[in-house]
Amino acid sequence: MSIIREIQKELTVANQLPVFGAGDTVIVAYKIVEGSKERIQQFQGVVLQRRGNGATETFTVRKMSGNIGVERIFPVNSPFIDGITIVKRGAVRRARIFYFRERTGKSARIREKKKFTA
Amino acid sequence: MPGIIGRKIGMTSIYSAEGKSLPCTVIEAGPCVVTQIKTQDRDGYEAVQLGFGEKKEKNTPNALKGHFKKANTSPKAKLVEFKGFDQANLGDTVLVDIFEEGEFVDVVGTTKGKGFQGVVRRHGFGGVGQATHGQHNRLRAPGSIGACSYPARVFKGMRMAGQMGNKRRLASNLQVLKVIAEKNLVIIKGSIPGANGSTVTINK
Repeated sequence: MSIIREIQKELTVANQLPVFGAGDTVIVAYKIVEGSKERIQQFQGVVLQRRGNGATETFTVRKMSGNIGVERIFPVNSPFIDGITIVKRGAVRRARIFYFRERTGKSARIREKKKFTA
Repeated sequence: MPGIIGRKIGMTSIYSAEGKSLPCTVIEAGPCVVTQIKTQDRDGYEAVQLGFGEKKEKNTPNALKGHFKKANTSPKAKLVEFKGFDQANLGDTVLVDIFEEGEFVDVVGTTKGKGFQGVVRRHGFGGVGQATHGQHNRLRAPGSIGACSYPARVFKGMRMAGQMGNKRRLASNLQVLKVIAEKNLVIIKGSIPGANGSTVTINK
C-alpha cells in the first residue's frame, strides 16, 4: 500500500480546504467548463460523509431542491473545486449520517456545534 | 513485441491535465535481466528470455543455477520470453523506460480465482426467478442443456458450472499514463487482470 500512498502524494495536488466533516453545512464552489467558457456553480447542502483517502477521497453533499433530495459526490482533491465555505458546523455523533436522508421537516435539523476545534 | 515483467501494486486514480479523474493501476516493472537469447538457428525462433524478481540461491535447482550463471546474474523468480527485441545481449538490463507516456500497451496477468462457481455467477444466467410454482432446489439451476435423442449428446462449449477465474487473461490497448523510471514504476489507465502482488507482463 505504501507505494500507492507515495504516488498519490506525488501526483495529486491537494486542495487547500477548511476542515469539514459529516453534519456540516457547506457551499461548494465548483468550476464548470462549457465549451471554452468556465463558470462557477455553487452547491449548498449538508455533508453526509467523507470517504477514502488521498487521490480517491470523496465527500457527499445533500440538499433539498424543492421537495426532491439531491446528492452530489465531489472528489476532495478535484481541480474543479474552487473552494468550500462552511455555513454551519453541525453536531452529529456519526461519521456517516445516512439516517439524515429519511428525515424531513422539523426532524431534519442538525444542532449547531457551539465550540469548534479543528 | 518487446515487453517487461512486473508486479501489480494496486489501483488508485490520478487527475489528468484537463482535471479528469482517471482510474489507474500501478505496476512495479523491472528491472529485468536478459537470461537467454533464442535464435532461429538454435531454437527455431527468435526470442529473448527476461528474468524478474529475486530468488534464494538455496531454492534454485542446479540446472537453473547454471542457466543464470551464463547470463552472469543472480537467480530470478520469474522467467518470460518476449519477441521483438531488436538488440539484446545476454545479461543486459531491461528497464521501464522502454515505455513512453501516452502509448498503448497490452497487459497479461492471471485473474483472481473464484473457485468452482455455478452458472449464475460464472455465465450470468438468470436462474429460475421464482421460488414457488413447483420450484424446489432449482433456483440457480442451469435449465436444459440440449435436446433429446437427437443429437443425443451435449454440444462442446455448453456453458456449465466449473472453475471460474485463475486463468491467464490479456487486457489490450491500455494507455500508459506515467512512467516513473527512478522507482521502476509504470502507471496504466484502467484495470488489469490479477490480484495485487501478482506477476504481470506488459507488452508493447
